[in-house]
Amino acid sequence: MLEVQSVSKTFNAGTPNEVRSLRGVDLQMAAGSWVIIIGTNGSGKSTLLNAVAGTFPVDEGKIRLAGRDVTRWPEHARADLIGRVFQNPFSGTSPSLTIQENLSLAALRGRARGLGWGLKGSLVARMRDEVARLNMGLEDRLHNAIGSLSGGQRQALTLLMATWLRPELLLLDEHTAALDPKSADLVIELTERVIAHDELTTLMVTHSMHQAASLGDRLIMMHRGQIIHDFQGAEKRRLRPDDLLARFEEVRRAEQLDESAAQMLVENYV
Amino acid sequence: MSLLIGTFTIGFILSLLALGVFISFRIFAFPDITADGSITLGACVAAILLVHGVTPPLASVAAFLAGMLAGACTGTLHTRFKINSLLSGILVMTALYSINLHIMGKSNVPLLSVNTLATQSERIGVKLMRGATRFNLAGWDVSVRDASVLGAIVLAVVLTGGLLYWFLRTNLGMAMRATGDNVQMIRALGVNDGNMIIFGLAISNGLVALSGALLAQYQGFADVGMGIGMVVWGLASVIIGEALTGTNQLGMTIIGAVMGSLLFRLLVAVALRWGLSPNDLKLITAAFVFCALIVPQFLRKGRQRSAHA
Repeated sequence: MLEVQSVSKTFNAGTPNEVRSLRGVDLQMAAGSWVIIIGTNGSGKSTLLNAVAGTFPVDEGKIRLAGRDVTRWPEHARADLIGRVFQNPFSGTSPSLTIQENLSLAALRGRARGLGWGLKGSLVARMRDEVARLNMGLEDRLHNAIGSLSGGQRQALTLLMATWLRPELLLLDEHTAALDPKSADLVIELTERVIAHDELTTLMVTHSMHQAASLGDRLIMMHRGQIIHDFQGAEKRRLRPDDLLARFEEVRRAEQLDESAAQMLVENYV
Repeated sequence: MSLLIGTFTIGFILSLLALGVFISFRIFAFPDITADGSITLGACVAAILLVHGVTPPLASVAAFLAGMLAGACTGTLHTRFKINSLLSGILVMTALYSINLHIMGKSNVPLLSVNTLATQSERIGVKLMRGATRFNLAGWDVSVRDASVLGAIVLAVVLTGGLLYWFLRTNLGMAMRATGDNVQMIRALGVNDGNMIIFGLAISNGLVALSGALLAQYQGFADVGMGIGMVVWGLASVIIGEALTGTNQLGMTIIGAVMGSLLFRLLVAVALRWGLSPNDLKLITAAFVFCALIVPQFLRKGRQRSAHA
């Protein structure tokens, strides 16, 4: 389904601010799998997601999606295959448009847009049903501007929009990180329901060790632009939040060791 | 009375300019200075076609298309060549000055002896009134000519406003509004935001040029300098309209822009009648927009202070 082949990306190359965000990342995802990505800050997990979405061109490597080489496709062209939910609840919706106008934009994700009427009766009827299923009481407020809603409500709607047309790949970028705990639980519950119901292939970045342990069928740990652990099958199912924290601690110690060893070398031999 | 009718006629004509500025400034948050050049472009194109015997409706449509082309140029400079939005508009506006002179062949084209939308609507008006040249409206003595021109322009503005309202609610129009609102989202939904900006600025400048074409036909001449300061004028109308309607509902903002244009024209007419020198008009307009832009900030600060107290 998704094939990421030795993809590299360096930001600000050749400047003092050079950041090697991705260093030859390889990842194969089967159709219908749900892969969770965790990693320290700056490990490249969001960069990997954005590389797949096409936010920027990659420096090296290939990205294949649903049998097509999309490496050179611009972001808006890939939208035909990809549904996305961002970390910032304000990023996924258009604040001055109404709920139904936002949903009608999503109903044409990746398709040609002409002079057809945006809010057809049949579409609005389906909107009512789907929005009612969110259990947020928004089905009677379809005419309200989305900007007047809370972050949790907007994120739930963004998820609905991203999956309105079944995407080949769903990208979730820490989509509950900016929400209060109650809204986050609601959105996660909704996420599980949608992914199970539509049998979606999902790539999800999270900060929450609890989510990382309980969700998905495969877990990838990233560090410094590379994948350092890949847990699948039974191994993934056995993982507990504490195990993941222990792995992070390992990474941290190894790093300190590297740094102190390097320092010792500098002090004694240079 | 004829002064009042004249004021409203120009107010309605310039409301098309206000709608154009509303699209670029409010929908796309794009400070598009091209309008200063494209309003003149519309006037020039219409004037020269009329002088060559083209029918007035066709000449007006041609002016609209010429304006679209100018807007598309600005959009292309900005999206394809990554030139700053303000600078893109300035470049096209400057280029248009020479282009407008070329189109007209001189700096001023009089339209007094040719058939225009104004003379056409006047003829229809006189026919409807069975040959009378003046009539009595609620005690006022009104010239049929003035009234029929006003009637025609109101009809044109209502039609254009309605068409714009319809367009902005189609799939394409909604994608355009969302582009100005949230680029990240609209890309993720598969819309080429660059194309949306080019197309949106084309429509915006098309409306502005149409406004120029109607203005030239109403006042009876096209002049190469008539566009100076028109963006600020349009912006003033939009700001007044927002204050009048106090909502961001799409339909109301369109009506607001028209109302704002009328009220602003009325204020200007009153000020001129009270002895304001026409030379100071642009200074006053700029000062007005300046105030309209900063007053909300002061109000907000004042409110915060009183909330803390």
